[in-house]
Amino acid sequence: MASALLYDRLQFAFTATFHYLFPQLTMGLALLLLYLRSRALWSGDEQYHQAARFWTKIFALSFGFGVVTGIPLEFQFGTNWAKFSNFAGGVIGQTLAMEGLFAFFLESTFLGVLLFGEKRFGFRVQWFASLMLFLGSWLSGYFILATNAWMQHPVAYTVADDGRLFLNSLSGLLTNPWLFWQYAHNMTAAVVTTSCVMAAVGAFYLLSGNHLAHAKTFIQTGVVAGAIACALMIFPTGHGNAKQVFEHQPLKGAAFEGLFRTERGAGIVLVGQPNTETMTIDNPLVVPSALSILVYYDLWANVKGLDAFPKEEWPDNLPLLYYAYHIMAGLGTILAAIMALALLLLWRGRLFTSKPVLWLLMLCAPFPYIATTAGWMTTELGRQPWLVYGLLRTAQGTSPLVHSGNALFTLLGFLGLYLLLGLLFLIMIMEIVRQGPVPVTDYPAQTTGSGTY
Amino acid sequence: METFWYAIVTLMLTMYVVLDGFDFGVGILYPFVTRTETERCTVLDSIGPVWKGNEVWLVASGGLLFFAFPRAYAAGFSGFYLALVMVLWLLIFRGLALELRSQLSHPLWRQLWDLAFSGASFFLAIVFGAALGNLIRGVPLNPEGYFFVALWTDFTPGPEPGILDWFTLLMGLASAAILMLHGANYLAMKTDGDLYLRAAASAKRTGWIALVLTCIAMLASPFVQPALRLNYTAHPLGYLFTVTGALALIATVVFRRRQHDVAAFATSSLFILAMLGNVAWGCYPNLLIATTNPASSLTIFNATAGAYGLRVGLVWFLFGFALVITSQVYVHRAFWGKVRLDLESSPTESHASPDSQRERLPFDINRPSR
Ligand code: HDD
Ligand code: HEM
Ligand code: HEM
Repeated sequence: MASALLYDRLQFAFTATFHYLFPQLTMGLALLLLYLRSRALWSGDEQYHQAARFWTKIFALSFGFGVVTGIPLEFQFGTNWAKFSNFAGGVIGQTLAMEGLFAFFLESTFLGVLLFGEKRFGFRVQWFASLMLFLGSWLSGYFILATNAWMQHPVAYTVADDGRLFLNSLSGLLTNPWLFWQYAHNMTAAVVTTSCVMAAVGAFYLLSGNHLAHAKTFIQTGVVAGAIACALMIFPTGHGNAKQVFEHQPLKGAAFEGLFRTERGAGIVLVGQPNTETMTIDNPLVVPSALSILVYYDLWANVKGLDAFPKEEWPDNLPLLYYAYHIMAGLGTILAAIMALALLLLWRGRLFTSKPVLWLLMLCAPFPYIATTAGWMTTELGRQPWLVYGLLRTAQGTSPLVHSGNALFTLLGFLGLYLLLGLLFLIMIMEIVRQGPVPVTDYPAQTTGSGTY
Repeated sequence: METFWYAIVTLMLTMYVVLDGFDFGVGILYPFVTRTETERCTVLDSIGPVWKGNEVWLVASGGLLFFAFPRAYAAGFSGFYLALVMVLWLLIFRGLALELRSQLSHPLWRQLWDLAFSGASFFLAIVFGAALGNLIRGVPLNPEGYFFVALWTDFTPGPEPGILDWFTLLMGLASAAILMLHGANYLAMKTDGDLYLRAAASAKRTGWIALVLTCIAMLASPFVQPALRLNYTAHPLGYLFTVTGALALIATVVFRRRQHDVAAFATSSLFILAMLGNVAWGCYPNLLIATTNPASSLTIFNATAGAYGLRVGLVWFLFGFALVITSQVYVHRAFWGKVRLDLESSPTESHASPDSQRERLPFDINRPSR
């Protein structure tokens, strides 16, 4: 059974991580598209209509891949985590079903209007569809994060006679205190991702001398939104998240900070490699007392280290957890610095001629993806060994009759399939970027056979 | 309350079959009714704006099943492990085909996705039919309420069945035939010219196959699962579904002959609704019937998510359902009528581009920068 557990976990981790690459772009893009469409409607400027159309295409592609990779996740709760579904379904079934009902319906309906609607519907309807798309995707995010927040910090449940959990307050579930910071941080992260991608596409066009007017719009939008979002990532949302982790899951906090021993005036490790043999950090670069200040606003506060907890409660992959957290926070700082620099140059009117910074912006695009993936690894690895924090161990959540052979078989299948999906996505996105934003009138009538959605 | 949610979940699933069913049917017929690239684009456009909205009914039904009867969700999904993973793969390839085909204009690229589209549609129709067969026949639940069925054992619906046996295969074939009929009716409603003639012809042909296979499956069901009869003897009202189904199927065939396209489509929808209603009536209150010991069956009462949960669920469900219906009606109305390629001239999404836009979009990496 032990190996089935491993495959189940790897499969969920892999498919969830892969899935999340797409929604983060669509959720952020939903916001920026709403902005572009509003500008277009307000100014009547064809430029903005073209820009909005171009990004709608990318939105649709990413959305499609999000849907395709999201369905396996929902299935997996049942297929690989049957005991967990049986145990917790009475509670999290609510949010998952709500997600399916409201959010996805809105999205899939109004995306159809956006993609097919140019001639059939007016610009006002298009703007309205963008608004609904934005609400829909951010609502999706809300419900799915409510699910995750509940697994981190279970609330609003009662235990039934047969040991299963039943919900006792819907509003309690939807206003889980954990959810507030998690939602704020995660959605801001989605905006960071999208801003970086938009700025990168703009920088690419500018550097290669194509679509110059559009390039400037993209860079401007990306840099302004990106700078704001990056700042919000660190403070207050990142900080708020960290504080609540130390409050409710002190063990997770100690583990991702690499704090092996309880300390008064604990420092923050900026760089260093955790050594689980000696329980120390190798080659440490530490800011003294910083952790005590950030968590308790007190120079000499006592912060519990790993040694304050029994070993069997520890997350099972300490080094990975530690690195994941440090990668997220490190990239967060670097991205914020880059965006601040770009914003400064933009304000001075020098950004569009500054080649090195444009190159920097162009190469930035993958890094927010890495940061969000690392952030999710922090959250999920740090929750171990619990599946539902404090209530259900991960080892007790798997499907009792699905054996390792089957789990490995499907894991390998997903690895192969998703490799293909990833390649296809890259090909498609390159094709869209290559075509670039173009005026409608450039299309000869007979080539427009319309679409697929 | 449990009964109410049983009805809702079956209704949602049935709606899913009716809606996504026609685009599965269209998918199966796709290689047979089209001859030219323009025709292929027309067919794809006929389901283009709606198929994703249709598919969402599946996600929503799954979510609602999880919400209302988590125990049945857990048992069913882990028990049909391999079949469900196959469904996932098929859904993924089908979705990819519809989304990616238009993106490049190379003929091989398009042929590849055409094949994926119709193949996946066909196998999905079979698998969903077989799944229904499994629900009727029952599964080997253990006393803890879990089971695991292999893909096949000895192809007989005994106490240790596989997912595929003669009965479930029969159901699979019947489902493919019914969905082809349904899809052909849809296509006839949405097209004209040669395409219309071919769609109407295939509707006539598949109509007969569907009729025969349905009759055999209907006759076989009570022998495979005798418990189905109980509800009908206790509440003969259920025969209403059977009668409606039969009338609807006959009406479809008649309307097809008289070329009442919309009516033919409406009656084939009604037929599917009634057939699934039939099954739901017979299975109630079981969600998963045990072939081992009837006491291990999962019913809506021992799989429930609890009284409070089901009650609050009602509030958001009714609200959400109203939204869903409104938005779906809106979209289907917006795209009502025959597909005309020149109308859908959205540059964001272009299917047909016999001579690609490529030449018209100057984009040259090597152009001197600024
Ligand atoms: C662009 C991406 C990005 C960036 C730059 C940051 N984060 Fe983050 N972080 C995420 C993307 C992310 C995420 C992927 O969105 C997570 C995973 C779960 C979640 O809700 O948000 C997350 C989770 C997360 C958690 C874990 C919460 C938990 O365990 O439930 C903490 C403590 C932080 N973040 C803290 C920070 C700090 C202090 C940052 C400042 C430098 C920071 N994050 C930058
Ligand atoms: C609402 C959202 C989510 C839910 C309900 C959820 C749920 C789960 C479940 C059930 C598991 C398997 C049990 C376990 O090993 O703990 C898991 C593991 C994991 N998930 Fe999530 N997840 C969510 C979002 C995400 C996202 C978006 C990512 C990645 C981008 C992610 C990354 C992981 C990782 C890395 C693991 C592996 C943990 C381990 O193996 O130790 N999760 N999650
Ligand atoms: C690990 C648990 C997760 C599960 C079970 C899950 C489930 C799903 C499903 C079933 C779909 C497709 C729905 C459709 O047919 O329209 C989907 C798409 C989507 N998911 Fe997830 N998801 C998970 C993680 C996340 C996270 C963490 C987020 C963001 C906060 C997210 C946001 C979205 C969005 C916005 C979509 C719409 C498609 C898109 O925009 O790409 N999901 N998800």
